Amino acid sequence: MRAIGLSSYYVLVKEIASELRTRYALNALLMFVVTTLSVIVFSLGSEHVPYEIYCGTLWVIIFFSAMSGLSRTFVTEEERGTTLLLQLITSSNSVLLGKLFYNVILNFAITLITAIAYLILFNDFVVRTYSIFWLTLLLGSVGLASASTILAAIVAKANSKGTLFPVLAFPVLVPILLTAIKATILSVEGGMFNEAFPDFQVLISFTIVIIAVSFLLFDFVWKD
Amino acid sequence: MHYLFKAASAVIITFVIIAGIGIPMVQGNHGFFEFPFIPGLEEKARNIFFHVPIAWATTLAFIMSMIYGIQYLRKQDIEYDLRSVSSAGIGMILCVLATVTGAVWAKFNWGAFWNWDPREVSIFILLLIYGAYFVLRSAIDEDGKRAKLSSAYSIIAGITVPFFIFVMPRLMGGLHPGSAGDESGKGPVLELKMSGMMLVVFFSSLIGFTILYFWMYSVKLRANRIEHQLKSQE
Repeated sequence: MRAIGLSSYYVLVKEIASELRTRYALNALLMFVVTTLSVIVFSLGSEHVPYEIYCGTLWVIIFFSAMSGLSRTFVTEEERGTTLLLQLITSSNSVLLGKLFYNVILNFAITLITAIAYLILFNDFVVRTYSIFWLTLLLGSVGLASASTILAAIVAKANSKGTLFPVLAFPVLVPILLTAIKATILSVEGGMFNEAFPDFQVLISFTIVIIAVSFLLFDFVWKD
Repeated sequence: MHYLFKAASAVIITFVIIAGIGIPMVQGNHGFFEFPFIPGLEEKARNIFFHVPIAWATTLAFIMSMIYGIQYLRKQDIEYDLRSVSSAGIGMILCVLATVTGAVWAKFNWGAFWNWDPREVSIFILLLIYGAYFVLRSAIDEDGKRAKLSSAYSIIAGITVPFFIFVMPRLMGGLHPGSAGDESGKGPVLELKMSGMMLVVFFSSLIGFTILYFWMYSVKLRANRIEHQLKSQE
């Protein structure tokens, strides 16, 4: 158990180090968020739209930024040809755990940046219950990242990686997206914290189930 | 054996079509060979003999596909992958049929072909999942790899299905029986006040469509086996 913890920590360190070397994923994702935000700002202009639209578009941005960024962890291994090395030096569970943590950190950072930009940019988007809002962002992005990690491992072995990932991920991620949008709407409406409790239950149970299945299946996907 | 399957499903489904459409509905007291008149559903209640059994056969097909996917991962035998993909293909056809019969029912009961009711969302997602499954299969050339990855995907997608069937309808209000607004609260299974004759037709329809599924599945499986053999001979 301790060995897995240590080796997955090193996988995480390796991911962060190779990311900081080029900063490709981080920069690309930031630019993606800025671009989509400005598209939304331009298209809305000075119109007043219902707050549900803001909650929906917030999660649209988070979803598509996850789709463009999170598959890279496994795709780059295939592109650089380093898959075999990782297979040799460490167990598949620690690879999955390390990459899972990396994706969670990356996705949560992007989610936070998007949410803060949202709160600053849109005057109509007023969150009344901040506890629901932040907890939804945390649980939603953890769920998105954990489901995307195992799907990224599948996509990395297929031929057309770029287009395939969102196609595969969308149906799996719909429960998270619908629940997260619902909880975000509740936070804007100013609902009580315990009103959002069923939504959090769905998000947490979904994430646990997905991570458990990831550990069961990853060995088959990772080793040729 | 195959003829038995074919004949049985043909006889039963013919009986269901004739009885389901032909038997009159009467208000008040009804005899055994008549259907009761259910307020709110009226003549549209006849669709239950087709929509629900097809939806059941869809579920069966996808569960079989997932089980054979798990079997493939355990035994690494390509036969299980052929079974899995055959069942998924039949499930896809049945799923489209369930969507169409449901949409027709929705048009006449709820006013529109598509209302984004939670149950309609879930069958739409089911279509997307298996659409993605076949896209994934077509994106991989090597047989073993394709079998492995597609069974892994069908398991991951399969575990999200309970969230749609049991969790989402409870959270979001909807029109379909079993939704959050439904006062009977019995869950996804329809609790209709069915009379004796209705139950006979309904259960023979369930049996008929189940046999139809197994027959279609065995035809598809044999075709896939031959295709696989021809490909490996090249």
